[in-house]
Amino acid sequence: MPLLEIKGLTHHFGGLCAVSDFDLNIEPSEIVGIIGPNGAGKTTVFNILTGIYRAEKGSILLNGAQIVGKPPAFIAASGIGRAFQNIRLFNGMSVLDNIRVAYFNNTRYGVLGSLFHTRRYRKEEHRIIDQAMGLLSLFEMDHLAFELAGNLPYGLQRRLEIVRALATRPHLLLLDEPAAGMNPKEIDQLIEFIHMIHKEYRLSIILIEHQMRLVMNICQRMKVLDFGTTIAEGNPEAIQNDPIVLEAYLGLKT
Amino acid sequence: MRNKISQKRISFFSRRRFVIPVLTAFFILMLLLPRYHLLNPYLQQVLMYIGINIILAESLNIINGFMGEFSVGHAAFMSIGAYIASILTVKIIPASMLAIGFPLAVIAGGLAAAGVGFLVAIPSFKIRGDYLAIVTLALVMIVKSIIENIDAVGAARGFMGMDRLTTPAWVFFWTVLTVWVTRNFLYSNLGRGMLSIREDEIACELMSVNTRKVKVMGFVVSAFFAGVAGGLFAHLIQYINPSMFDILKSTDILIMIYLGGIGSITGAILGATTYTLVLELLRPLGIWRMVILPLCLIVLMIFRPRGIIGIKEFSWFFPRTDKRVQIKERV
Repeated sequence: MPLLEIKGLTHHFGGLCAVSDFDLNIEPSEIVGIIGPNGAGKTTVFNILTGIYRAEKGSILLNGAQIVGKPPAFIAASGIGRAFQNIRLFNGMSVLDNIRVAYFNNTRYGVLGSLFHTRRYRKEEHRIIDQAMGLLSLFEMDHLAFELAGNLPYGLQRRLEIVRALATRPHLLLLDEPAAGMNPKEIDQLIEFIHMIHKEYRLSIILIEHQMRLVMNICQRMKVLDFGTTIAEGNPEAIQNDPIVLEAYLGLKT
Repeated sequence: MRNKISQKRISFFSRRRFVIPVLTAFFILMLLLPRYHLLNPYLQQVLMYIGINIILAESLNIINGFMGEFSVGHAAFMSIGAYIASILTVKIIPASMLAIGFPLAVIAGGLAAAGVGFLVAIPSFKIRGDYLAIVTLALVMIVKSIIENIDAVGAARGFMGMDRLTTPAWVFFWTVLTVWVTRNFLYSNLGRGMLSIREDEIACELMSVNTRKVKVMGFVVSAFFAGVAGGLFAHLIQYINPSMFDILKSTDILIMIYLGGIGSITGAILGATTYTLVLELLRPLGIWRMVILPLCLIVLMIFRPRGIIGIKEFSWFFPRTDKRVQIKERV
């Protein structure tokens, strides 16, 4: 059974068709790239997948369960993690607290535990801190645990976003242009980083990206969108030579 | 930033183990104050005002400071607490039972306010910022006009007949409880959810935070303590009327938290204390008081826009669990 099954997804903004009849199946631990010119509807697909927008038509099955119309927090808890295109960290909170927010659903003390700091609270907080610090040290960020997230340099903020998404224990990770604004060296590190996550967690990844080097390096399969419709699908080599894709990106050959 | 400061806790007085003995000593002192006339009644009254204002400031701080919403509705929560508690002690609880009845009445006032807080939390699911401020403003007006039209509680003439049941010890107890619970709330799952709503609500939902639960709890806890403050206030001045709890009262509380440092528990304590004291110190100036005080505020906002202490906290505020990591970190 595929991990994620998207069928006939359609969404309009007023008269503009942002996504039309979008299909995608993701197998466990598969990495799929979505590329396309600006405004092609890539980020809209992510927004629908995470429940920020509600799809007008179509179905999304995650592990066989329908998630269209469910609230974002529910979808996040059932296994879709996301890193944003424009970094959306909790800037006024420490790096550690950024991670701990992601454990919201994974904390077993109730309201009374929160208000009166019961013994159970202490036990659970210790566990969460250990887990969060473990996660941070895995990605070599534990020495920054008490810095404000907003004070980190850009590359580390991007990394923290991905680590925070991992803390929700996703089966499927959505990365929205993780390489935006990075120099070639940082992109090399990012490629290594994504490979490492993939190996460590065996999770599926959907990647939106313009950086061809990154996409070609990482993705096993790709999908090309233009004006909301899928214009090509296949492995990276096939996409690179597809005349329709070249037309969408570069225009017609004269 | 907050955590960095706590790592510097070397100061003798900031040690946690002193907290409980010091608080107990103060509590006993507060018990003795009225009995042996250690302090003249005016100063006792000022002390109690400070305590009540700290409760109000902490309560508003939960919504405006930590959740990042903007509420001007705390006068309404306060008036509900004041009226419910007063009605209970005057009309329902027999005079012989008041010693036990008073704390229960205060709690009942707090619970009634918390119920209204729950109702305010519902629009906050959909709207935030200025728009929620307007909803809470409307709440202040609605509660005020409802009370003005209930003849049984004296309508616009006000309500009286309460005994002076609020003592320094009770105020001290509730103040400490408020600060403790607010701090616990902040350093918990729900509190981190609340801070993350302030920082970025969409990202916070995608981190699986149940924002509805967090908002409801924030408003309920905040309104509860505002109601408690109302109950204490009513039994201190022994006369309440609806126009005491108008938008100006909310503005007072807003000034306190902005004065001390919004989003800091310590800041709310400092702000409420400073504001109350300065108001009393300026009393000889008569009508000029309300010219000098706002001028001081303007000057403060120019030189310290984040309030007296900004977002810093006393180091012994941090829960032990958070401290453990910091110690581990230093090694």
